Amino acid sequence: MITTRKVVLLGFIAAAVVALGFADLTGRHTDPSVLLARMADGLLHPDFSIWPQLLNGTMLTAAFAVCGVFFGAGFGLLLAPLYHIRAVRTFCIAIRAIHELFWALLLLNITGLSPTTGVLAIGIPYTGIFAKVFSEYLDEASRAPEAALPRNVGQITRLLWARLPQCAAPMRNYTLYRLECGIRSSAVLGFIGLPTLGYLLETYFKQAHYDQAFVVLAVFLLLIIPVRRWMKWRLAPVYLLASLAVLFAQKTPPMGSGMFARFLHDIVPAPIRTGADWGGWLEKVFINQAWPGAIDTVVLSQIALTGAALIAFFAFPAIVPRVAGRFGAMIGHLGLVLCRSLPEYMLAFVLLQFFGPSMLPAILALALHNGAIIAHLLGRQATSLALRPDAPKGLTLWGWELVPRLSANFWALCLYRWEIIVRESAIMGILGIGTLGFYIQKNVQELRLDRVVALLAVSFLLTMAIDQLSRRLRASMRVGTQLHIEGSRGNARR
Amino acid sequence: MTRVLATLENEDLGWDGKTVLAGVSLSVASGERLALLGKSGAGKSTLLTTIYSRLLGRIAYVPQDTGLVGPLSAFHNVWMGRLDDHRTARNLRTLVWPSKAERATVDTVLDATGLSGLGRRPVMNLSGGQKQRVALSRALLRGGDVVLADEPVSAVDVTQGAELLARLDETFATSVIAMHDVEMAKGWATRIIGIAGGRIVLDCTPTEASDADIAALYV
Repeated sequence: MITTRKVVLLGFIAAAVVALGFADLTGRHTDPSVLLARMADGLLHPDFSIWPQLLNGTMLTAAFAVCGVFFGAGFGLLLAPLYHIRAVRTFCIAIRAIHELFWALLLLNITGLSPTTGVLAIGIPYTGIFAKVFSEYLDEASRAPEAALPRNVGQITRLLWARLPQCAAPMRNYTLYRLECGIRSSAVLGFIGLPTLGYLLETYFKQAHYDQAFVVLAVFLLLIIPVRRWMKWRLAPVYLLASLAVLFAQKTPPMGSGMFARFLHDIVPAPIRTGADWGGWLEKVFINQAWPGAIDTVVLSQIALTGAALIAFFAFPAIVPRVAGRFGAMIGHLGLVLCRSLPEYMLAFVLLQFFGPSMLPAILALALHNGAIIAHLLGRQATSLALRPDAPKGLTLWGWELVPRLSANFWALCLYRWEIIVRESAIMGILGIGTLGFYIQKNVQELRLDRVVALLAVSFLLTMAIDQLSRRLRASMRVGTQLHIEGSRGNARR
Repeated sequence: MTRVLATLENEDLGWDGKTVLAGVSLSVASGERLALLGKSGAGKSTLLTTIYSRLLGRIAYVPQDTGLVGPLSAFHNVWMGRLDDHRTARNLRTLVWPSKAERATVDTVLDATGLSGLGRRPVMNLSGGQKQRVALSRALLRGGDVVLADEPVSAVDVTQGAELLARLDETFATSVIAMHDVEMAKGWATRIIGIAGGRIVLDCTPTEASDADIAALYV
């Protein structure tokens, strides 16, 4: 059955309306003008005296990203040829369904506040992503060279001589693209205590040192926006060695011995360990925490997805010169680059300072970041469309040519981001909103790791369910079947 | 002494459950030079791959799309003809760090096919004709009892094409080649196989094939 777009659209609108009913958007009740004035003052009088901390934070942000991404790329490359094996695929899906921040919260209990935690928190989920994308590249490689090889050539030789060389260039591009994501992940790890730029940002904002906080934000943008300029493949070994050197030079707080054994002991559900009552434990974890956490995660993600779709729909022509003009397209690019360069979590944290604690900052952050990414990809496609010479310009072009031609891709991209938004919505709980991350962090602080693992499992299942639903919808709507969104991102920035 | 290398007896050939050639009876004997003729899409490639799958021994195969790996150098693509002679570890070493001797071996073949000095060039930067020469070089380096090739010289001019076919004849005792150029086929082959209308309609020596027989293949 082909589900019509109208039905799906109505479904999403209904879901967003219902979600709005559940959402807490109240925010602060005090007058924000004082705060705004202080922030504006900070913005106008930046304080650069913090440069030693800034330098250190920037180096560590880059070092964690480089090491984490190459860790993921290396193991992903090893797993990619085995990805058709069910067990390997399931393993990869599981490790990438858990967000970097959640990995970090878990790893803190084993490796403490050490470089290892940062590298693994990025490297483990990225391994799952790289394995999937690299396996897609291998699948798409031409089979013709293998057919021309002598018949008795072994599997490994076939792979290395005939298949892998065809994929080397897209794999390199994708790795460089992932590095950009890695820098975002690395910065966000600062919010749970690792010494990256996120840590500085949180510290200065919380101390109301806005003159310093905005400098950190600017430095982060200066690091990430020109990443394609400073990160060249030839230089990768240099960056990797430098990053390893920086991380090895870090002094880390000592961890007690036997932490891993203790971790393994602690993640066993309490009723098994202590003989406590199962009913109480299950009620506490699933009724009192997982259920409200999952509801809030879904509520947040549905509103954010709708917001992202709206932003993308109206913003993508802003980077198409035929619609916005050449100067307008430059401005449009600048806006979208800013929104998609800042990670959702960091954006939400900054907006939280304006709007006070409610779901609103998280909604705005998720909608802006994801909307900007979809708008960027759509806008690029729109720019490269072959239009007839007498095609209209401006908004007429947008309405009559671009929207109808790109609507299938628009749907595919939105449905594709859905799962990512859910994953990120769970994380937003760490900011104090009631999504799954809130309960996960609470249990980490109380050292109830058994509950943490149970809640992570719920988060994993929720993400999987959305992923399945999105896949089914895409299939039944016949959109994006030939669109390898994640896989093509590597070339996207070229 | 000629010896039958492969036999097909009243067989239907095709793929994906679709018959391309019906009632094919054909045998290939050692020492023969078979030219497969027919319109494009007639089933030459189908017949060729079927013969490939039936042959035993050391076979060199040149598919129509050349089967080259674009990002790898001409040296690597030619060396692929010998990958089954070595173990995986040696092949890995050659991939990353070809030895001088290996390069010299390949250079000899590249000289013979008119590609001198192009050993280090990525194949994707070569012209269509040069790519076909690389694919033929791979077959020449491989050597063996039989060479099977699918329009291997369609992108080089006639004189050079004839020279390349002569090189193949020096290396291989038996060859089966799908061709697009009738004159070249007549001058080279010992036996012409003509395909039309989903059947083999012609199986004779070049002198026995009349112009009308040949013309009927391309109607």
